[in-house]
Amino acid sequence: MNRIKAFGAFWYDFVIGDDWQVAALVVAGLALTAILAHAAHVNAWWLLPLFGFAALAWSLHRATSHK
Amino acid sequence: MNALPLILTVFVACAVEAIEALTIVMAAGITREWRSTFQGMAVALVVLAAVTAAVGPAINYLPLTALRLVVGALLLIFGLQWLRKAVLRATGYKALHDEASAYLREVTAAETAARESRRGVRDWYAFTLAFKGVLLEGLEVVFIVITFGDNQKNIGAAVIGAAAAIIVIAVAGIAVRAPLTKVPENWMKFAVGIMLTSFGTFWGAEGAGVAWPGNDAALLVLVPVVAIVSAACILWLRSRKSAAVPALEKEAVGS
Repeated sequence: MNRIKAFGAFWYDFVIGDDWQVAALVVAGLALTAILAHAAHVNAWWLLPLFGFAALAWSLHRATSHK
Repeated sequence: MNALPLILTVFVACAVEAIEALTIVMAAGITREWRSTFQGMAVALVVLAAVTAAVGPAINYLPLTALRLVVGALLLIFGLQWLRKAVLRATGYKALHDEASAYLREVTAAETAARESRRGVRDWYAFTLAFKGVLLEGLEVVFIVITFGDNQKNIGAAVIGAAAAIIVIAVAGIAVRAPLTKVPENWMKFAVGIMLTSFGTFWGAEGAGVAWPGNDAALLVLVPVVAIVSAACILWLRSRKSAAVPALEKEAVGS
């Protein structure tokens, strides 16, 4: 059981890293881009960079707001 | 795309991983013993070769759009995490990753661990330390080479970048016989974070179904924009920190 936990923890740390909200915002940005591109036929190339920058700023804000 | 940016990106990214692996190997070899350390390294390299042989060809069977979506998402997450750490370190919110102190930590742990021989290995601790270090950092190198190489349809260039990085770091490590402490690791990580974020954004958005204005040339705009935003984050946190210090002093005087 401990080995399975350690295996899971390794992959969580490898893929998600220190702040899961960054990963969540990236996935949300990609999903929204795909919806706009396929359902609304909007070439929203600008959306993912905005989500990326917002994720970085939000994560930095949270990491430093109590220090 | 020209192969040079690809080679340079992979080179810097893999150099950072190689420096971290070197620190662990040096700690195991110098403090414990070299034979078991080399055995650990060798077994890790065999596992890495097996993983590469299994994953590499399998990736070619995936549709390019799905591959770009998944790889883009992963690279963007990795890149933003690297940038986050580099910005926090550059602004003093997080301690700088110091190879000298990382080395000392490993050395202290290695010196206190009991010597035990197991499965034909004289020093099991040195073996597992070297095995884990090389395997974990090596997995990241394999991931970088496969994803960058496959997406740009130039695995050869990615392999050249990675091999050059590993050779340069290994030769430097052998020459100084110590962890590489003079390397500006945080700024290298900052640069790698910018490249991973830019390529991740580019491929991720393509995989999600959009077409970039100017196709591959969009990267020439995306990379500087990511760099400017990241630099702006450093300035923002620095001003925030300097604003917080007088406020704290004022609070202390008031109380």
